[in-house]
This record gives sequence, C-alpha cells and structure tokens, in this order.
Amino acid sequence: MRRSLLLAFPVLTLVLLLQTAIVSRISLLSGNADLMLLVLVAWALQERVRGTWFWPILGGLLSGLASGIPWYLYLACYLLTVLLARVLVRRIWQAPLLAVFTVTFAGSVLLMTIMYLQRLFLQIPLEFGLTSSQVVLPSILLNLFLSIPVFFLMRDLAGRVYPAEAVA
Amino acid sequence: MKTSFPLSLQTAIIVLISLGLILLALGGVFAPVTNQFQRLGVGVQTWVSTRYLAIVDFLTVPRDVASLRQRNSELEAEVARLQSQVIDLQQRVTETEILSALVDFARANPVYTYKAAAVIGRDPSPFLRYVIINVGSNAGVLPGMPVVTDKGLVGRVDAVLAEAARIQLITDSASAVNIRLQTSDTEAMLSGSITGDLSLDMIPQDATVQIGDVVLTSGLGGGYPPNILVGQVINVRKLDSELFQTAAIQPNVDFNRLQFVLVITNFKPVDITPLITTPGP
Repeated sequence: MRRSLLLAFPVLTLVLLLQTAIVSRISLLSGNADLMLLVLVAWALQERVRGTWFWPILGGLLSGLASGIPWYLYLACYLLTVLLARVLVRRIWQAPLLAVFTVTFAGSVLLMTIMYLQRLFLQIPLEFGLTSSQVVLPSILLNLFLSIPVFFLMRDLAGRVYPAEAVA
Repeated sequence: MKTSFPLSLQTAIIVLISLGLILLALGGVFAPVTNQFQRLGVGVQTWVSTRYLAIVDFLTVPRDVASLRQRNSELEAEVARLQSQVIDLQQRVTETEILSALVDFARANPVYTYKAAAVIGRDPSPFLRYVIINVGSNAGVLPGMPVVTDKGLVGRVDAVLAEAARIQLITDSASAVNIRLQTSDTEAMLSGSITGDLSLDMIPQDATVQIGDVVLTSGLGGGYPPNILVGQVINVRKLDSELFQTAAIQPNVDFNRLQFVLVITNFKPVDITPLITTPGP
C-alpha cells in the first residue's frame, strides 16, 4: 500500500503534464481524452494493487488545479469511477478488457454529465444536441480508444511494483 | 665456301647499318610500321590492364561495400543530426517571428505595459476553452488582466499561481465581451460557444451589419480595454420576429495554434457585479 501511495505522486503528476501539454491539444471535433481518468481506471482494475483510493483523491486535486472545473467535481467523479472499477474487478476479473471498456465508458459518461450540469448550473447556455455530438461522444470515443494501451501500461507498472508471488 | 671478314670490318658494317636504320627511322620511313606496332601494343596493354583492374575490383569489392556501408551510416546519422538541427532552427525562427510581431504590437500600442508568456498547456476539460501560460503572480500577473497577441484579443486571466496562470479564451462558452462594430459603430456582445465558435448577440435590429465588418472591443463593462481587434463578421442573421440580430465572427487569432501571448499588466479590470441589479420578486 505504501508503494502505491509513493508511486501516485510521480505518476499522476506526469499524467497531468501529459494531459495539459499534449492530450488536451489532440481533439476529435471538440472533444478530447481524459488521461487522468484512464490511468485511474487502469490502476484500479489491477487486482493485486493495494491503496487505490489515494489515487483518485490525488488525481482529482491535480486535475482541479489545472482545470477551470472545480476540483471537488473531479474528485467525486474519479472516486465513483474507481469505486465501480473495484467492484467490477472482483466480478469480471476473467475478462479485464471488458471491465476496462465498461468502467471507462461509465466514468467518461459520468465525467461529461457532471461537467455539463456544472455549466448549466452556471447558467451557460449549452445546446444538448450540439454538446453531445461535438464534445461528449468524441471524448468518450477517444477515452475508449486510449483505454487499452493505458491499461497495458499500468498493468506492466503494477507488475513491477507488485511482483507475482512465487507459487510453492 | 666460307668467306670471313675481319672483326673490325664486321663492326663497321653493323655500325653503318645501325646508323642507316636510325636515320631512316628519324626520316619517318618506318612510321607506318611503328604505328601498327604501337597500336597493337596499346591494345594489348589496355586489355591486360582492364582485366587486371577487373580482377582487383572483384577481389576488393567486399571490403569496399563494408566501408561504404559504414560511411553511409555515418552520413545518415549526420543527415539526421542536421535535420534535427534544421527543425530546431526553424522552430526558433518561428518563435522569433512571433515574438518580433508581439514586440511590434507592443511598440505600436505603448499605452499598455505587457508581459510576454508562452502557452504551455490547455485545460483538461473539453467543456472549457482555457490555456495555461508560464507566467504568474511572481511576474505581476493578476486575475482579470486582458491577454492579447499581435493579431488581437485572446482572453483574460482567470486564475493565477506563482509561476503560471490560466487564461479564459474569448471562445469559451462562459466568455462574454462587449464589442463595437467599427464600420457602423454599433455595440454588441461577443459570446463563445462549446465548439469554440464566436457569435455576436444583442445587435439592434436597426443597425446595419455587413459581412467583413471589423469587430473591436468597446471597453464597456471595464473588463477589457477598448479598440482591441477581435475579428470580422462572416455571417449575419436578421429575423423580424426577433429583438436582436446575431452574427458569426471569424476571430483574428488562431486559438488552436497559440504559442505566445501578451498579458496587459497595467489594465485594471473593473468589477461591476455590485452594480448589476437582479430583478425582484
């Protein structure tokens, strides 16, 4: 667990840098991927990993620091997504890719919904159809597209941090 | 019968014959014969030389290929290094051109003081049109300060850290800028959108708006300084059933390729929020 906590700082800081410097510039229509969400999902879906709850907290704070969206919205969204991932990892652990797609899709929809509602709460006029077609769906598609390589990267990282115990 | 000559006579005859042959050769009598011999000799030597060189080539080619491959790899590495250098220099030229344009803009508008900054990131949320710059409160940047480039208005500072600041672009859906149409001297409100498009609202129905009209900041509301270029009208929508006209705007600034910006540090934005009255029950 201590290793997971120590690892969270450099990994999530690097993820935030990559997100703001590169990933946010790569857009499909008006949508872009959320690398932080993908890393949190991929990490939470590693069965042998302990101390996963610290990651969404730190990730939410870091994303909130860089973004105009309040940090507590990111925090709530990431925590719920990781919760879903931890529930699913015990149920469909035989099909990790299915779990990756499921949690990524659910987390992306949740994140987009929260952001959309936040904009509406601020009385910013957003046309639902335009927002869905130009922002929400492209963002979800990009997240699903990137979720697989991110998952395998995080699985390699988890394998290095938590090497498999030798069977007697 | 055997005739014998004295040795001195034989020697004299040989010398005479030799001298005669030499004189005849110098006189050119033997030229056709010597030419034939020369031609034959040169042909034979050419053939031998060519075959020899072919054999030498055949024996030394493997070594040459290896050395050529090594040389080729060295040259390829050199080309790659030079290409990288060229890209680096082109990048520097581009940056220098941009900074030069910003300096020209600052000189042309000496009323304001500017702080140049590089754009180092974008907001993670696709719902927001914000960028992150590499100067912050340590450089005197404060929230609300307008941000421009040599092409025109970019936005304003939204949040500040010690060494970085977040800029809300005018294309953000929450952005609203009071503007003035230069030709008709009509005031309106510029709004961003979720897709990054700019539109003009609140244009009076009796105002004459034409495609190509230049859009400048009006300075009303105290959020932005006046007369900063924003863009041009590219489409006008006028319906008799509506209170106001609307128009689409082509911004002068390419927001997808923002690299450097200028923060106007001596402009104090006015907070008019307390003056805005909310309708009572």
